[in-house]
Amino acid sequence: MSGLIIFIIVILIAVILVQLGRVADLASKIRGEEKVASQQNDRTAFWLVVFMVVFLIFCVVSAIYYKDMMLGYGPNLAASEHGGKLDSLFNVTLFFTGIVFILTHILLFWYSYKYRYKKDRKAKFFAHSTNLELIWTIIPSIVMTFLVVKGLMVWNEVMPDVTPQDEVLEIEALGYQFAWDIRYPGNDGKLGTREFSKIQPGLNDWGMDWEDEKSQDDILLTGADMIVLPVDTLVRVRITSKDVLHNFYLPHFRVKMDAVPGLPTYFIFRPTTTTEDYRERLREYPDYQVPADPEDPEGPQRWETFEYELACAELCGKGHYSMKRILRIVSREEYNEWLAGQKATYFSSIRGTDIDPFKGQLLGSEIKNRKRELNAAFTNALKGDAEGDQIIRLDHVFFDSGSSTLKEMSKYELDNLAGLIKTNNISVELSGHTDSSGDDDANMKLSEARASTVLQYLLDKGVSSEMKAVGYGETKPVESNDTEEGRAANRRTELKIISK
Amino acid sequence: MGHFEATHELDVMIEENGYDDHFHDHHHGDKYQSNFIHHYIFSMDHKIIARQFLITGIFWALIGAAMSIVFRLQLGFPEESLAWLQPLLGKWIVVSEAGIGKLAPEFYYALVTMHGTIIVFFVLTAGLSGTFSNLLIPLQLGARDMASPFLNMLSYWFFFLSSVVMFYSLFLNTGPFAGGWTAYPPLSALPQASSGSGAGMTLWLVSLTFFVVSVLLGGINYVTTVLNLRTKGMSLWRMPLTIWAFFVTAILGILSFPVLVSGFFMLMCDRGLGTSFFLSEIFIEGQALDYIGGSPILYQHLFWFLGHPEVYIIILPAMGLTSEVLSVHARKPIFGYRAMVYSIMAIGFLSFIVWAHHMFMSGVNPFISNFFVVFTLIIAVPSAVKVFNWITTLYGGNIKLNTPMLFAIGFVSMFISGGLTGIFLGNSAIDIQMHDTYFVVAHFHIVMGVAAFFGMFAGVYHWYPKMFGRFMNETLGKLHFWGTMIGAYAIFWPMHYIGMAGVPRRYYSFDTFDSFAHFGDLNKFITIAAIIVFAIQVVFVINFFVSIWKGKKMTTRNPWGATTLEWTTPIDTGHGNWPGKLPIVHRWAYDYNKDERDFVTQITPLAEGETPGDH
Repeated sequence: MSGLIIFIIVILIAVILVQLGRVADLASKIRGEEKVASQQNDRTAFWLVVFMVVFLIFCVVSAIYYKDMMLGYGPNLAASEHGGKLDSLFNVTLFFTGIVFILTHILLFWYSYKYRYKKDRKAKFFAHSTNLELIWTIIPSIVMTFLVVKGLMVWNEVMPDVTPQDEVLEIEALGYQFAWDIRYPGNDGKLGTREFSKIQPGLNDWGMDWEDEKSQDDILLTGADMIVLPVDTLVRVRITSKDVLHNFYLPHFRVKMDAVPGLPTYFIFRPTTTTEDYRERLREYPDYQVPADPEDPEGPQRWETFEYELACAELCGKGHYSMKRILRIVSREEYNEWLAGQKATYFSSIRGTDIDPFKGQLLGSEIKNRKRELNAAFTNALKGDAEGDQIIRLDHVFFDSGSSTLKEMSKYELDNLAGLIKTNNISVELSGHTDSSGDDDANMKLSEARASTVLQYLLDKGVSSEMKAVGYGETKPVESNDTEEGRAANRRTELKIISK
Repeated sequence: MGHFEATHELDVMIEENGYDDHFHDHHHGDKYQSNFIHHYIFSMDHKIIARQFLITGIFWALIGAAMSIVFRLQLGFPEESLAWLQPLLGKWIVVSEAGIGKLAPEFYYALVTMHGTIIVFFVLTAGLSGTFSNLLIPLQLGARDMASPFLNMLSYWFFFLSSVVMFYSLFLNTGPFAGGWTAYPPLSALPQASSGSGAGMTLWLVSLTFFVVSVLLGGINYVTTVLNLRTKGMSLWRMPLTIWAFFVTAILGILSFPVLVSGFFMLMCDRGLGTSFFLSEIFIEGQALDYIGGSPILYQHLFWFLGHPEVYIIILPAMGLTSEVLSVHARKPIFGYRAMVYSIMAIGFLSFIVWAHHMFMSGVNPFISNFFVVFTLIIAVPSAVKVFNWITTLYGGNIKLNTPMLFAIGFVSMFISGGLTGIFLGNSAIDIQMHDTYFVVAHFHIVMGVAAFFGMFAGVYHWYPKMFGRFMNETLGKLHFWGTMIGAYAIFWPMHYIGMAGVPRRYYSFDTFDSFAHFGDLNKFITIAAIIVFAIQVVFVINFFVSIWKGKKMTTRNPWGATTLEWTTPIDTGHGNWPGKLPIVHRWAYDYNKDERDFVTQITPLAEGETPGDH
């Protein structure tokens, strides 16, 4: 029904308009077409000038009114080193184009007014003038040359890749429908390799190659964790995409670059303003002195809640408008502190799981660590005099459950041990211990068998010192057998130095 | 405003001086025009085909503009319910439990995509160049028709076919294509990436392939006609600027559209045959795809190799029409005719070596961008020459400020405003920040959207009498002009500010980001202005169709007092354009107010001792 009414109204308006037009035609016929045409011409010419004046005033006034939105003005200052250069280039261009805009508009509309039709006026036959045409070829050419040179100087300063001499923090931004994932290089400062075909949703969203040592210390920010970057540090963002095109866009930093699947791109910038400083700057503007949440007038003001934002600027599907991630720029100290709190993803959530390629094996770094630990324990034990001091717990010797067969992993520790016994030429007691669960006799036997296995292994490795293997069963617990942790600690193999 | 009651005089002049091509010997009876279907539907007459292009263009313009109103409502009034659109848009309006209807984001992107595709290709390419190239090339050159009337007819019908396919795609269950009018893969290649990239994209590709066939058939015809069918005396340097513009436009189309189609074919292969031209290393919807080694950037190169010339394919005809209308109604020769022609050629040439300025931020080697910056900003020089020449054409004139003239003046204003912002964007360093923001939206809408429409309107109002033998209503025309002029600036001027503030284009909602969320008032203002401008265009459409039957009748052959040949034909111009001999041309097209004469038609021989106007 309402549709019908709207339809009828539209038709009526159309009829009225057509009739208005015809009435105007008829009226002019009655009043003499030529006279009316001439009057109308004058009126139109007048309104053209009015339009020009109002339009130009509107342009200038609105530009002043909205100047805080302009690049390099008000709160819209760049927060990166190169950003200021872009902003000044923008404003230089605005200056020249502004002059041209105003002058050409004045001429266009003023001539339309001044040379409006007059019955007795004769138009000039003015078909060309080489001089004039040369002038307005050459002047724009000069201005353009100036702008091109200035522009290219900035461009070629901003865009080239880093050189090996640059001290740079490289992070990676991975875009996908519809979010960004961020990766930090970890202690080695290098991003490890990854491969799209290795991606497993939920398990390995990045397709990390965990076999690459450079990958193992990489930090993959999860969920909505904010990106943290240190101020005054050169940052190279490696920009990649998992599925379609995205664009890594940091409006406050004048950073923008497409993320292309199969083709990593980059953008290099140096943040110069911390989030905190930017907030202080915004604090001075009335627009930012309002409650951040209009529902909560007592809550924090807009400047207090300001955050740098990462957005997507390349159409990537229905959620394109929502690919937000917060970026916080902090002092170097704060950054280091934050970084120390981040765990390498491999060790925090991959190691030992089914997707760990080194599951059941030791990593090179772990082998080194264990050797170091065992050496330290050994040195301590050799130095110490008290009874307890001379016992070394072999934390990395493991047996198959309920059997005395050594696990493959134990060999790293035992090999180290063999070497240490040989060099120090000491006699030792190797002891096996169990927890309290199960039959006492069986425990005793198992512990004996395990100690013997270790002894045999060391003999095979060519240890010729005096050694004996003893099984203590569950008789010498180090922790309570009431908890699982305690029982685990009680199941152990120990070495005791008998004589140096 | 009758200047010249010379119906017979012109015929007499042509009969005396004209060139006899034995037209009537070949066309006895001229049967194919004898019934309605052959006359008005499957017509091979260039004037009918022009009108078919124009009316189809108007149809598409209304749809394209209406789409923009729908998505502007979502942007300007995100809180208001759009549930009232549900009868029309059905499931694409998602109504929440509170009864608030929202445009589905997928459909928002479909609307944006279709708006761009429709306006760029169907309205401003087919509707503008198709209409006026067809109408004016034979008429202004003194030809009986196009070189191949049959190909010309096919050109329209391929456009029609293309239109039907695209229109059909609007009603697909999965929605029309929604990946932007540039259709960048992988988004456009993978149905998993967007619901519109399934059947919608297939139809989009099919439709645009037909469209390219249409453009090529038309373009080959235009070029051939201009080169071969000029009447006696019509040397290239005597052609009106309209013809120069259409000629260069057609050449641009012939050279660039095939490259687009090759890109489309490769995209089709990627979509359907498992090739990897544009795809590589993609993991989507829980699956790593097999594509390896392709480059999405290659597609962008192929697309913009057309895409950039395309904006000149759009704007050059508008420039040509504007030049002609300015000159006729200022009663002055166009200033710097040769410079204008050279500018058209320079712009046409340069348009082929600037395409990657759309791709500064897409991952191409930054070093390459240096060249594209230089060539891009060089375009400002011929463009500036044209602007200054148009303004100087007004200087010292005797200007009749009727509707076509107002739109021509409006064109110059829009071209200046939009052209100047191009100087920002063409400079790659500024483009880092401006790329894909509302600043770009403002720039291209003003310079190739609104300006091209203004050129088109100037042309429609000016040549309407030639097309329909009647005038459009002047009062409604002026209402149309003022509404559009003020309204268009009201829509697009504020977008510059929003863009400078960093707001990206193609955002369904600005609420997610605090940086983009605080321009609600401006967005409301823009939406209201857009609705008003749309309503004003309805006034134009009403004026257009009502005037076909009710408009003021044309009583003289040459109502504007123009010099060009189309006004020497009878009011009711029949098939073959001139009833007897073809006119012979003796002078250039811009002898206005020369030697005490208000205007001198091109068919008037030089008086004794007279120096040609374009000496």
